Amino acid sequence: MNDTQETILKVEGLTKHYGGVHALQDASCEIRRGEHVAIMGDNGAGKSTFVRQITGVEQRTAGKVVFDGREVSFPGPLAAREAGIETVFQNLALADDLDVPSNLFLGREKVLFNLGPFSILDRRGMRKATEEGLMRTGVKIPNLNNSIRNMSGGQRQCVAIARTATFPSKLTIMDEPTAALGVQETAQVEEIIRTLKESGESLILVSHNMRQVFDLVDRIIVFRRGRIVANLNKEDTDGQDVVAYITGAKTGAEYAGAA
Amino acid sequence: MSDTAHGVGGLTFDAKKRSVPTELNVFLALILIVVIFEILGWWMVDNSFLFNTSDRIDTLFNIQRIKIMILQFSIIGIIAIGVTQVIIMGGIDLSSGSVLGAVAMVTMSFAQASEVNGNPNPRALFLEQGWVDLPVLVPIMVGLSAGALAGFINGFLIAVTRIPPFIATLGMLLSARGVALWWSNGNPLSFPTESYKIIGAGMMPVYIFLFIAVLFGLIMKYTVYGKHTYAIGSNEQSARMSGIKVERHKILVYTIAGILAGLAAIVLSSKQETAQTGMGVMYELDAIAMAVIGGVSLSGGRGSVLGATIGMLILGVILSGFIFLRLDAYYQEIVKGAIIVGAVVLDQWRQQRAMAR
Ligand SMILES: Nc1ncnc2c1ncn2[C@@H]1O[C@H](COP(=O)(O)OP(=O)(O)OP(=O)(O)O)[C@@H](O)[C@H]1O
Ligand SMILES: [Mg+2]
Repeated sequence: MNDTQETILKVEGLTKHYGGVHALQDASCEIRRGEHVAIMGDNGAGKSTFVRQITGVEQRTAGKVVFDGREVSFPGPLAAREAGIETVFQNLALADDLDVPSNLFLGREKVLFNLGPFSILDRRGMRKATEEGLMRTGVKIPNLNNSIRNMSGGQRQCVAIARTATFPSKLTIMDEPTAALGVQETAQVEEIIRTLKESGESLILVSHNMRQVFDLVDRIIVFRRGRIVANLNKEDTDGQDVVAYITGAKTGAEYAGAA
Repeated sequence: MSDTAHGVGGLTFDAKKRSVPTELNVFLALILIVVIFEILGWWMVDNSFLFNTSDRIDTLFNIQRIKIMILQFSIIGIIAIGVTQVIIMGGIDLSSGSVLGAVAMVTMSFAQASEVNGNPNPRALFLEQGWVDLPVLVPIMVGLSAGALAGFINGFLIAVTRIPPFIATLGMLLSARGVALWWSNGNPLSFPTESYKIIGAGMMPVYIFLFIAVLFGLIMKYTVYGKHTYAIGSNEQSARMSGIKVERHKILVYTIAGILAGLAAIVLSSKQETAQTGMGVMYELDAIAMAVIGGVSLSGGRGSVLGATIGMLILGVILSGFIFLRLDAYYQEIVKGAIIVGAVVLDQWRQQRAMAR
């Protein structure tokens, strides 16, 4: 089988130490093109750390990342995005004092005239694209011109999600995208994720919500104390099984001795 | 979209609860202060603050007083605009007054005339080298470059070595003043060329200030530069994660603040036709005060050039009001200090209220 055709992301021995804290140890896994994968694990298991190493927000201590057939080492999140990775970070990465269109296009503003750093913003274009993007993803924001600061946690989260869903990508990463959302809004986000599946985009979904994970993804990777302890096809497992891995009651055969 | 569209979470949006722009509040404060001085004027010195009361001149307003007031503060205003964008980015620049002093000395040394009333210019620093009577473009370019260099050093220290802006620019405050003293061994430099004198002559400082204010008002609102400046001030971590090159942008913003301090140095030294080592002392605090009074938040992300400009007018009105009421100069300092603290308290209060809404 042709590796570059089938695999969108391949991670080998990914390791991150914060001083003495071994937040991520020797993590290896593969995501196939179009596949939706969940990452589960207790608080502090290293899930967000894993996301930050892949997206270039931080520089890894060790390990190899192959994205879209190329070994990559993104110097920053912009490079990851340009390569085709869209991310909803756990902290959302929004600028509180800016309005919705500014946040949607933060770091990749549409411009009318290119004058380097002094390029003139295409404000109308960004506003229109924002309206369309929100419409497409079904996210409702009362007033686009309000600064994000004045919005509820859920609304902010929706803006962050709309930001990734508005732009086409090869891999979408969502770090607990429904953590603060109500029932309806969670359903909406899950709908967005299903749309991604239909259009063949790969997804990494970090979530604590067992039902959601079993509803949406093909495979579940379990983190525990900075290590991957299980890599399970949805068909071969169930909620209880996953919980056993998360709590450490059970360790995958191939990961014996890991945790 | 209708005004009361149901938002996420079934929340309705109340259009009436939209906040009043800070600039409007600041402008109302300006008017209120003018009115207070008008009343105090009739009460304390039996004269009008704003209107013309002399029979010999037939203008409605006391143009003379207004002119002096604006002229006095437009040069600090140029600095204040540079400082404003730094504060919006979540930084601070304490060095602008000293940079002005240093740049004024350096620039003036390249702007001097060879002769004064037929005698060789006694104050010319580079008479021996023959660097006198240079075309006006030379001192202008030297001044702007020197300002840019000082700003770049600030930005580099802050962005790359991650020194807090307060410390980095405090260092520059001291060093730049040292440069001002060292450049001519403490001697004042005077007698610039005729063409150099034009830059700051008459109402030129006001026009230059207005040009810079409008230019930066537009830049902050309509360009990527402005957007990124607000984004970094709003949440640096988010800006970084969104792919903004935070370090590069910081260096650029501080460099531009330096260029504006350099410009102010050129205008001031031209206006006064001399440069002295003590030029611009404490200007940085006035500039910061203008920004803060104008509603620019010291915690970054909020404020505008327009606000800072109104802030400049408020400071100008208060200080010239004190002179008009014939109050002693030290009252000015006391009141200025109180106003700055008051503006910061107001900002904190505004922030807490924004959170609570
Ligand atoms: N910048 C940092 N410096 C030091 N330690 C860190 C840093 N970031 C994360 N850690 C530590 O690394 C470990 C893993 O954190 P991480 O945020 O990846 O957990 P997580 O699995 O995402 O948890 P949660 O479900 O709560 O989001 C934690 O022990 C955390 O304290
Ligand atoms: Mg996390």
